[in-house]
Amino acid sequence: MFPTPIQNTSRRTYIAYQVLLPVTLILWLLPLLGVALTSIRPASDITAGNYWGWPSSFSLIENYRAVFTNSPLAAYILNSFKVTIPTVIGAIALSSLTGFALAIYKFRANLLIFFLFVAGNFIPFQILMVPVRDLSIQMGVYNSVWGLILFHIAFQTGFCTLFMRNFIRGLPFELIEAARIEDVSEFRIFWFIVLPLMRPALAALAVLVFTFVWNDYFWATVLTQGAHAQPVTAGLHALNGEWIAAWHLVSAGSIVAALPPVLMFFLMQKHFIAGLTLGAVKS
Amino acid sequence: MLSASRVWKENKLRIAPWLFLAPGIAMFSLYILLPVFQSISISLFDWDGLGEKKFIGLANYAELLHDDAFFTSLKNNVAWLVLYLLAIPAGLFVALFLNQTTRGIRIYKSMFFFPLVISQVVVGLIFSWFYDPHFGLLNTILGGVGLPTIAVLADERFVTYGVIVAGLWPQIAYCMILYLTGLNAVNSEQIEAARLDNAHGWRMLWFIILPQLKPATFIAIVVTVIGALRSFDLISVMTGGGPWGASRVLAYYMYEQAFSEYGFRMGYGAAIAVVLFAIMLVYISAFLFKMYREEKGR
Repeated sequence: MFPTPIQNTSRRTYIAYQVLLPVTLILWLLPLLGVALTSIRPASDITAGNYWGWPSSFSLIENYRAVFTNSPLAAYILNSFKVTIPTVIGAIALSSLTGFALAIYKFRANLLIFFLFVAGNFIPFQILMVPVRDLSIQMGVYNSVWGLILFHIAFQTGFCTLFMRNFIRGLPFELIEAARIEDVSEFRIFWFIVLPLMRPALAALAVLVFTFVWNDYFWATVLTQGAHAQPVTAGLHALNGEWIAAWHLVSAGSIVAALPPVLMFFLMQKHFIAGLTLGAVKS
Repeated sequence: MLSASRVWKENKLRIAPWLFLAPGIAMFSLYILLPVFQSISISLFDWDGLGEKKFIGLANYAELLHDDAFFTSLKNNVAWLVLYLLAIPAGLFVALFLNQTTRGIRIYKSMFFFPLVISQVVVGLIFSWFYDPHFGLLNTILGGVGLPTIAVLADERFVTYGVIVAGLWPQIAYCMILYLTGLNAVNSEQIEAARLDNAHGWRMLWFIILPQLKPATFIAIVVTVIGALRSFDLISVMTGGGPWGASRVLAYYMYEQAFSEYGFRMGYGAAIAVVLFAIMLVYISAFLFKMYREEKGR
């Protein structure tokens, strides 16, 4: 192991490490802790300039209730779910098919198509912006959750195909050859043999796509306007403009908006990290 | 005569992949591939998004050469790119710091990872607040040690760096997790052998550990470069490109030209996007070239 395990060092280093660990963590998360603390302050503290002292009273329930009752935050959050969940399902469905095709079959255009999917991943959004907006208007999905869902499915399919294809390549190919000898149809091979083995990949992609799409802000501003379709990232930006100097509300709103991906991360940490670190270790 | 089922049976392995690929390729072509070419074509026109398109050749690109705002954006993109790369060594050192097995270390690792999970909009709000000249933590600390107040986001000299620091926060977390995974897979026999040869600390890191972390470093460079060139969210939330356009980058300037109160200049916006795309294409090609070599090596 590198660096040397701290247990094998001198007692003094060991104690220093144990002290340093929580101190660095607090420094690292200090901006976030400030926001969390502000979200439970009463409005009077904000006007009195008490930003960093102990709260004069705790208004956790009042602030969070105010955020939900006096603003369309709940509608924004609901929109985020309406966009995110169908996107996760759609992107995973499409990419398990494309990933299977590119991993299992040998044909001439295979690598070219694979590289197109990979390259699409790295494209700057701005080069897609004007045509995608026009396309959405023409299809009648501009300014609706469907406009966002369709775009996100298409875009996420790039990354998911890369992931799925490499995952399926790691599966034993003999399984498929054996099934072909038994005359199992190609689709049944996909559905009954490969798909059940893909569970870890499906889980990893589900958490990742959920987080990517939930946190998307650019497309939310390009393809939607107003509380009927806008997800929470764009909504929060709009509310920030309205709640000038109401920092306790901005903070509470920020925390609510960040919560779903954070919960997702803590519940599915192993899958999340497996997805993000794809390729970081030579297999 | 050949029956349909016979054709299928004989060519099954040639037709099947295209059936599996069809829905994915259709969506991807419609939303990603086609728009790239459409944008390149739009960049040759003068167009407000609604009225008649007027072909003007390369005039949009010629205009870019005399546009100060374009060069400010380009310069800021370079600053983003260079400073963002600091996330890689920083992430490595956090990973080395946390690569231990003491009690509760897993929770520490997750908490350090935290900023990456949060939306950039929230990160932007958190940092706007951190920099606030009246009550922000930064100026509270500066005041505490007797230094003058700095309005980071309202000062042309500091604004871009202030936004980049906000972006580094989640990016360091990303690089850290890549290196933690890499460190986990480092060959322990080599380390023991090197220890017997009296390699320690920096020498060990440089000659034994870093070479083994190469794949992690490669991915870290790729995601950091792409992240730096994509920067948009933080600028939109924290500064709106200001003050006086000092914190614009190409991605943000393009959006401003095409979609905001500055007017609907789709053609000019598309030309900016094409420049950004051309810059990114360098990295995309390098990445694909490396992948191609690996695929051929199998």
